[in-house]
Amino acid sequence: MTSAPRDKHADIEDVISRVLWVGVTTSLILISAGTLLSFLQAGGYGGGHAEVARLTGTGGAFPRNMAWFVGGLVHANGQAVIVLGLLLLIATPVVRVAVSALAFARQRDRAYVAITLVVLALLGVSFALGNAG
Amino acid sequence: MTPLGFTLIVLGISYVAGLLGSLVGVGGGIIVVPALTLLLGVSIQKAIAASIISVIATSSGAAASYVSERITNMRLGMVLEVATVAGALTGAYLAVVVSGRWLFMTFALVLFYTVWTMLRPKGHRIESAPDPMADRLALHGSFFDRSIGQQVDYRVSRTKLGFAVSYVAGVASGLLGIGGGVLKVPVMNLAMGIPIKVCTATSNFMIGVTAAASAAVYLMRGEVLPFVAAPVALGVMLGARTGARVMGGIPSGVIRVIFVVVLAVSAAQMLLKGLR
Repeated sequence: MTSAPRDKHADIEDVISRVLWVGVTTSLILISAGTLLSFLQAGGYGGGHAEVARLTGTGGAFPRNMAWFVGGLVHANGQAVIVLGLLLLIATPVVRVAVSALAFARQRDRAYVAITLVVLALLGVSFALGNAG
Repeated sequence: MTPLGFTLIVLGISYVAGLLGSLVGVGGGIIVVPALTLLLGVSIQKAIAASIISVIATSSGAAASYVSERITNMRLGMVLEVATVAGALTGAYLAVVVSGRWLFMTFALVLFYTVWTMLRPKGHRIESAPDPMADRLALHGSFFDRSIGQQVDYRVSRTKLGFAVSYVAGVASGLLGIGGGVLKVPVMNLAMGIPIKVCTATSNFMIGVTAAASAAVYLMRGEVLPFVAAPVALGVMLGARTGARVMGGIPSGVIRVIFVVVLAVSAAQMLLKGLR
């Protein structure tokens, strides 16, 4: 199997680099903004010494259902904004894999399309099974 | 401690972890997890979950520049990723069944191993061997080495061994919230015949996806606490960026010694905590 034409290959590298950079930067901005918001909001991080135990403790401290997340985003709740940033951060490498799959498909490189799709499938499994576990 | 105090301390510790880690070529997770558990009393599961988030940020940030500089062997990365991601899923699931004490002891083991890799003399490169799998998948590559100012061609050997080791590195990553480069890079360099810069770049490239797989599991399970994960991710990322900028300006020998001492002390503490 011969490798792809050089110039086309070059483009993929720039796209992937950009995807990673934009994803990481945006998510870190969201995470910072969410943290700042949490300190300003009632019910956020404003409490006293007992709060740390609650915020780092098991159960109760971090509601993780969809209704809480969507409602939190609508009200610009700090912790919901952080979770959005975390989701974007986790999604960044996933998008990178998807972009590579497309690039290999365009080069008609079947073996590598298969390989990247297997990685994507495993990532899908991680989300699905994590939810069930 | 108030929430503000906690956030600032975690930010500070994570910043130092990211800085030191990038200066000696190790991820921040290997210091963040001991610091959170031993110094701040965060449960090891929550510390691991926060750490794996920071691993995605630092490795993807580093990967972005390595990829654009054309140092990363993306084809090799994608092949080995199949193994690391499968390993990460295994590790993230093992983390549920394994009790905290075993996590402490396994983590201590990886810390001791890391100390050993930093102290031992550089290993010998194993003779390269013909590898039909590497030929078929067109894994051989070349990159421009700035330090010598020329293009370097290299051939990849022992892809199967690399695949097996990548799986183990993935398990360690998912189970312990570290990147796992410590396990992969020596094998890629010494057994697979890949130049060290390409190993580091390609390892970082894989680590983002590996960590994303286990981070998804931890997030969905509710182990990722925004209160802990946010300052860890920000601190480690900023520390690693500073590290990349000041690299070369600081005597690395001194940092290595400090790093080895910190790791050895953490390893002993984690082991004690597991045994108690």
